[in-house]
Parts: sequence; structure tokens; C-alpha cells
Amino acid sequence: MTAPGNQTSAGLLAALAASIADAGVKVIDLTHTLSPDFPTIVMPPELGQSAPFRMEQISRYDGNGPAWYWNNISFGEHTGTHFDAPIHWFTGKDLPLNTVDTLPAADMIAPACVIDCSRQAAEDPDFLLTRSAALDWEARHGRIPARNWVLLRTDWSKKTGRDYANLTDDGAHTPGPDAEVMRWLVEERGIIGLGTETIGTDAGQAGHFSPPYPAHHYLHGAGRYGLQCLANLDLLPPVGALIVAAPLKIKHGSGSPLRVLALVGG
Amino acid sequence: MSEPLPGPKRKNPLARTQQPLLPPAIRSRAAHGLTLAAAEGRFAIQRCAACNSFAYPPRDACPHCLSDRLPFVEAPSSGVLAALTTIQVSGDSYFRERMPWRTGIVTMDCGPQVIAHVHGDCIEGEPVRLSLQLDRSGHAVMFANPVSRTPDMQDDLQWREMAADPRDRRILISDGRNPVGQALARSLVRAGARTVFVGVADRWKPFPAEQSLRELAGVEIVPLEMTDERSVADLAADIGAKVDILVNTADHIRPGHIFDGATTLHMADAMNATLFGTMRLARAFAPVMIARGADGHHGAAAWVNILSVYALANLPAMGSLSVSHAACLSLSHWLRTELAQGGVKLLNAFAGPLDTEWFQALPPPKLAPAVLADAVVDGLRRGIEEVYVGDVANDITARLAANPKALEREIGQ
Repeated sequence: MTAPGNQTSAGLLAALAASIADAGVKVIDLTHTLSPDFPTIVMPPELGQSAPFRMEQISRYDGNGPAWYWNNISFGEHTGTHFDAPIHWFTGKDLPLNTVDTLPAADMIAPACVIDCSRQAAEDPDFLLTRSAALDWEARHGRIPARNWVLLRTDWSKKTGRDYANLTDDGAHTPGPDAEVMRWLVEERGIIGLGTETIGTDAGQAGHFSPPYPAHHYLHGAGRYGLQCLANLDLLPPVGALIVAAPLKIKHGSGSPLRVLALVGG
Repeated sequence: MSEPLPGPKRKNPLARTQQPLLPPAIRSRAAHGLTLAAAEGRFAIQRCAACNSFAYPPRDACPHCLSDRLPFVEAPSSGVLAALTTIQVSGDSYFRERMPWRTGIVTMDCGPQVIAHVHGDCIEGEPVRLSLQLDRSGHAVMFANPVSRTPDMQDDLQWREMAADPRDRRILISDGRNPVGQALARSLVRAGARTVFVGVADRWKPFPAEQSLRELAGVEIVPLEMTDERSVADLAADIGAKVDILVNTADHIRPGHIFDGATTLHMADAMNATLFGTMRLARAFAPVMIARGADGHHGAAAWVNILSVYALANLPAMGSLSVSHAACLSLSHWLRTELAQGGVKLLNAFAGPLDTEWFQALPPPKLAPAVLADAVVDGLRRGIEEVYVGDVANDITARLAANPKALEREIGQ
């Protein structure tokens, strides 16, 4: 993909559109299908629960609507492939523009660095990304630029059902970042957000970390974002993919399911 | 002696499934005193409050003294089978299909003579025990039983028309995560059920009893999420035509104060899981059950709801459970009238606090799920409609009948 330096922004968009049309730039869907049996975050049952996706038919070319098919749907804000806004966590509760409806539109499109941890996650479901592993990645692919997404590729999205949730009697066992790397990514690298293939941006056991849920703690405390339950990260290059992640504009919303797209050059 | 009923054969795809017909259903208002007793498995007939003589059939004035004070009271059920007739020909469509049919006259020890359906093991001139049964039309009839158990007596075909015996039947239990569902699976397997399908929601969430449930011979775990229209419809598409008895254990218990913010959400979840869940289940399964009400000797027989007795009177400590099961109770009456078209019974089993995690903070007495499960099996075998299981359930119903306002004032204290 070449973008001539002297091109006008309008010309740049025209070139991009042409390149998408002839598949020079590929559009990759990073989204799972919203379906009733997709695992959701689990809290102790006496606490409030995020509603799973549900669909009830209004009509299907029948007596309730002879020529049309449509459904009522319901779900929690944090269901399926979804976006976390800063207000989701207590650390981000007082920040400006911290809800999905006030989210700056420009933040919905940003490049991504993809850190491949699929081998480590296959060996250890509790695998944690550390700062030294991130530095190793930088040694190979260059410094993580500010306002980039960091996407943690674990191939976890290829699992389904019970293996995907991976719950045992001491909680979920899924990979994620440790506390140190999260503080470092946010404070030292200025990332726009973290994206994972698992149910949360945090590891399954992150409630026992210090601080608990460090991805949520540091990201949202600094006004950054989370993307989770992503798919197809294995189709992305380590650097250079452009992520389009526009959550639903829900008044005072803390997050929402969304379609996440990646533009990838040839 | 009753012939042991052979297990059901596989369905002949060339034969039309017999349509369910019903016996005559017209009763006087007074006769519903018998319906009330039969529904609860009690034996009650009228006894004059003025002259103390028993009267049958139900009427508005005492045949001895013409008093109009004729309350239904528990009565001795013993008698002698004075005359026995085996009917070979009938003009009634329902009975025509079930000939020959034994009826007789029983002289009750307490006075009246009654015409009764007669079990095959009763002998003319010998003592019998009368019971009030709900026939396929849901109305009370007198049934003459042997005084003591006889071999295979539950297989008598006339008796089977009154009962919903789980033996050799295929049963769906809606929730295997629920300890009551697990206990029911064990009880129904013990009762000789052919297959017990046990629904499990959220298959991706492990639960402790899963392994033991899976190892139970005759149990088949099936995916069923009652809050998901599609999941319920998919399961009905798969096994709907094989469900002879459906046991709906839907509950959603979250203690909470009415003014807590979370309670509205809990209530919505409870209504979705219980009331709307039951509606989804009914929509998907009940039409096929109605159509299979006379599908051989092992056709669709009953729908069971496990309900909290606090459906009858709200227990503030379990407010949302009480409300949701009160709604389910009302729904059950609606559903019962629909199921009645196929001669399929609806049994509500009411229980007080159970010895399960969500009732942890309530004081004893608490009912063991196994006791509730056995009471459901017993209720199915006897073909009754309302089962009150345990001391608390019986206490609440008695106090409700005596003085609902007293119960309302006292229940939260």
C-alpha cells in the first residue's frame, strides 16, 4: 500500500475506496456473531448480571406482520464482541467524554499493533503478557506508537463454549496482560486501548492481581478503551492494520456490542 | 389380577395417531365439591350439618331432612362392591374406544350407594376402597379400588385413564442445574421412566451435579435455555413429540428488598425465567402434547409445575420469587384449560423453603428436594392436580383458607 505524500486527503480517501474495491486493502471482520449461547462475563449470582443476547420474533411474513420479518433483541452493554468506555470502570468515572455517546468520533478509527501470544496461550491458559515480552515485541517490530490499539492475539477466539469460558471452581482461566505491562502501555506508550480475544480485556484471574483488573484499572483511568471477544486477529499483520470500532451511541452508555473492522494493506 | 402392561412399541408411521377424546364433562355447581377433593387427592362427599347423614351424588338439599346445609367433608372411603357390570357397548365416543369398561355400584359404609368406575382387581361382593379421581375431562369420578395392593394394579387400563404414571414414559425436566431438577431426575428414573431428558442452560458453565446426572442411566442431558425462544423451539423440534410428561422447575430466586435498585432487575430476570420461560415452553411443547393425549397407553399425560407455596401469599423475604410464581400459578390455570383439550393433566406441586442454597438464610423447616421429587411422582401416579409438599406448604394453605388477612399480617414477621 502506497500513499503518495503529496496526495490531498480527498484523493487519499478515493484511493482507499478504490483499493478496498479491488481488494488491495482487505477488510477483515474482527467480530463474533451475536448469538444467545455466546458466553458472557460471569459474576457471583447474587450480584447483578449482564444479560446475554436474546432475540424474540415480532413477525416473519405471518399474521403478526404479513410482508416483513423482524425481531426484538436484548443484551447487556458488555455482550459478545464489545467496546468498553472509560466510565465502565470506577477509575474513569469522572473523566470527560467517558461514555459511548460522547466518545470522540476520531477515536473510533486507529491503527493497531498485534502482539502474538498464541503459542504461549495454547500452553498456559493463564498466560500473562509482561512488559519484557512487550519490549521483545518492540525489538522486532518497533516501538508501539501512541494512540495505537494493542491487540493481544491468543487464538482464544477459535475456542467455543466451555473451552472458551474455561471456568473452574476458582474462576475463569483465560490469558491477558499483567498489571505492570498495562501501566506501562498506558503511561509509557500512550496506547488508545487494548483489544483481546477473551471475554474481558483482563485475564480470567485478574481479580487477584494488584490492582485488581489492571487492564480496566489503567485503561479507563486514563480515558482509554477496551475491545474484547475479538476474532480473526490471526489475519492481522503485527503492525499497520487500521481498526474501525464504533460502538452504538447509547446515552450514558458504558459500552456496547459493535462490529469491529480491520483494514489491512496487501 | 391386572396384566402387566408391556412397554410401548415404537410408533407405526403408517397408523394415524388417535385423536384424544374426552369423557362427558357436564357437572352441577355442587358437584365441583368433588372436583376440589379429587384435585387434591382427598376423599370428601357431602354430609348434612343438620342430621349428619352422608349424601351422594352431590345435591343442594339433604335427601333425609331437606336441610340445605350440605358441606363437603372428609368421609370414610370404605364400601362393598354390591354389583359389577362390564359394559361392552357404549354410545359415548370416548368410552366406545375403551370398551370393555367395568362399572359397579358400591354401598359405602357411611351410607350412600355410588356408581363407580371399577378397577379390574375388585371382586363383586367384596370390600373396596373408593377414591375420587379426575378423569380425562378433568372432572371428579368415583373409582373403586382393591382394599390392598395387588400385583401390577397400576397397569389396569381404566386406572391409567385417571393417572399419569411416569413408568415407561418419556419425561422432560426443564432445568438440570436446579437441585429440584436433579432430584426429580433420580426419582423419575426410579419410578421407571423410559427416558428422562434434562434441560441444561448455558452449557459453557460447568456445575457440580453434572457428572452424577450424566451417569444416571436413562437420563439424557439436552440443551434448554428457557429465556431463549430459539433454544426452546429447537429442543421442541428435536424431542417435542417424545415428551409424555413435562416437569417445569423454573425458578429464579434472588432475595432483596422491594426498594433496592437491583430488585427491579432481579424481578425482570425472575419473570423472564419463570413466567415467560413457561410460556415459551408451553408454546413449543404443549400443542404436541395435546395432540398426543391418546397416543397409545403411554401417550402424553401431564405437565408439572414446581411452584413456591409463596405463590399463594407473598413472603417479603422472597418477594420476587413470590410474585413470579404467583404469575406462574395464574398462567398454570390458563395452560390447564388448554391441555385439557387433549386430556393432559396439569399438576402444580407447591413447596415451602427448600434445603437449597437460595433458601440458606431462612430458618427450618426446609424441604429436601428429594422429598419434593417423590411427592411429584406420587401425585402423577395418583393423577392429582394440586400437591402441597411439606409442613410449610400445608401450613400456608391451611392459614390461607382460614384467614388470608391473618396470614398476610403474620407471614413477614
